[in-house]
Amino acid sequence: MSNIIEVRGVNKSFGGVVANHDISLDVQTGKITGLIGPNGSGKTTLFNSIVGYHPIDSGTIQFADREISKMRVQKIARLGILRTFQQTRIYSEMDCVKNMLISAAHHHTGWFDMFRKYPQELTERAEHLLEFVGLFAKRHLISGDLSFGQQKLLEFAMALMNEPKVLLLDEPTAGINPTLINGLINRLKRANHEFGITLFVIEHNMRVVMNLADSIYCLAHGEMLAHGTPDEIKNNQNVINAYLGAH
Amino acid sequence: MNLKLKKILFYGGILLVGIFAPVVFPAYTFQLAILWLMILFALTWDILGGQMGYNSLGNILFFGAGMYVCVVVQIGMYYDVAEYTAHFGAVKIDYTPYQYFSGLALGLVLAALFSLVLAVIFGWIVFGLRGPYFAIGTLGVAIAAGELVGTWDYVGGGGGITVPMYPGDPDDRAVFFYSLSFVSAVSTFIFLKWLYSTRFQLAINAIRDDEEKAEAMGIHTNRYKTIAWSFAAFFLGISGGIFGNMTGFIEPLEVAFPTVTFGIFMVLMVLLGGKGTLWGPVIGAVLFHLIKEITWTYLLGWQWVALGSLIIINVVFFQQGIMGWVMEKWPDLFGIKVDEDVVSAKGTNSVNNKVVS
Repeated sequence: MSNIIEVRGVNKSFGGVVANHDISLDVQTGKITGLIGPNGSGKTTLFNSIVGYHPIDSGTIQFADREISKMRVQKIARLGILRTFQQTRIYSEMDCVKNMLISAAHHHTGWFDMFRKYPQELTERAEHLLEFVGLFAKRHLISGDLSFGQQKLLEFAMALMNEPKVLLLDEPTAGINPTLINGLINRLKRANHEFGITLFVIEHNMRVVMNLADSIYCLAHGEMLAHGTPDEIKNNQNVINAYLGAH
Repeated sequence: MNLKLKKILFYGGILLVGIFAPVVFPAYTFQLAILWLMILFALTWDILGGQMGYNSLGNILFFGAGMYVCVVVQIGMYYDVAEYTAHFGAVKIDYTPYQYFSGLALGLVLAALFSLVLAVIFGWIVFGLRGPYFAIGTLGVAIAAGELVGTWDYVGGGGGITVPMYPGDPDDRAVFFYSLSFVSAVSTFIFLKWLYSTRFQLAINAIRDDEEKAEAMGIHTNRYKTIAWSFAAFFLGISGGIFGNMTGFIEPLEVAFPTVTFGIFMVLMVLLGGKGTLWGPVIGAVLFHLIKEITWTYLLGWQWVALGSLIIINVVFFQQGIMGWVMEKWPDLFGIKVDEDVVSAKGTNSVNNKVVS
């Protein structure tokens, strides 16, 4: 099985705070990989490093055998790695359909494409994806007026609209009504199976991540603590200690 | 009456008013010409300030640059510029109509292109700044430009340049420059109406709403920002060339780079009319120009106080501007769908600054 993302020996510190120390991990093509760890263990920092949000101190990050650790955010996004944010980010003064339209992939856009109108097919695809996440009825509403959970779903739909190869999801279920979580897990799995998008998910909700992921990495204090299948992680004494606060 | 006919009547009516205004009010031809330029100012400021969320206080840079380029080209085509400016207007050189109009035509074209290039260069520098830093950075650039031109003797320094004389009757001159202003403002409007119907508008709106998200989604943000500013610069360059010729005399601080008058007026007009809309800047410019002319005539001595009060009322009570207020009141008219539950939950203020397609 090939790896679409390979992280090797990545270090990142902010002043004296070591956020990531010698992190290595693989995201397998076509699978769902989970990333867990207590608060402040460096999960989001690692995501930010992968998508080029800040430069890493040392180490390598490869995407489809291409070194991306020196590339800029937009370039990496256009290669096909997309991330969603922990604090949901959408274009809050535009309606949902416009949010979707502007999220269509930009890797092929030339200079003149900036001044084209959107073809009907794209609007149809946007509406289809909004239906997929259950926002079809709200598609003409200004997105900033939606509830937090709905905005989260919209952000997920926007990511799908971009047709990424890998989608990095930062706590997709945080702040979502427990009854909607099952629906979301189902949609994440469908995005993985039906659209063939590799998922790399940060998640605090153990039930969700155990249910979702094929393999799980666990970070603690900026270091890689454990790696394995959901069952192995569940029974790993180090992981249990990290979550319960023992050292 | 169907919608299409209504639109034709509406736009046709405005065009007719524009064309016949100098015939009906010949004494106000210059005032009306300046009104069209004010509309152009507001429309071009709103590209960045309203649609893209970058509040520039330095757009006047392109107005002044266009003015100087236009006048220098007009002179330089037929005389030596340094010799002409060295006389501080003491020599009066008569241009033949051919010399005058060919110089002006080329001058306006080069003014527009030069301003566009300037926007690309300065955009590369100042677009690293965000929020208030961008506003102050652009203001600094505009002020510096005025001061620099003031020390440059080749273009007349602080003493300015007397623009070549219009070869004809003064009344014809007024109508001629009115027509130029009218055509350039209407062209700007038509251009923006088209631009805002393409994906360009969605991209710059996305930058306004959340630039970091736009970057994370792979949008070429720098490209969009630079192009948006160069469009504004292109039309402002033309307006500068026209205004310089209308005034007849140009100098750096009061005429070409007036950061505290025109430079701030463009912001105020957009805030008054409602930013992020196509009609807001137009309405704001008309109203602002009217208020300004009335207070300057009837409240002389207190005109700046009146203007200051207007700004305070606008910013404190009507942040969304006239168009914003109308859209909030009657969202259906603009195709904005509002979720009734959301509105009743949040109160009536939830629909500020919405974008119209």
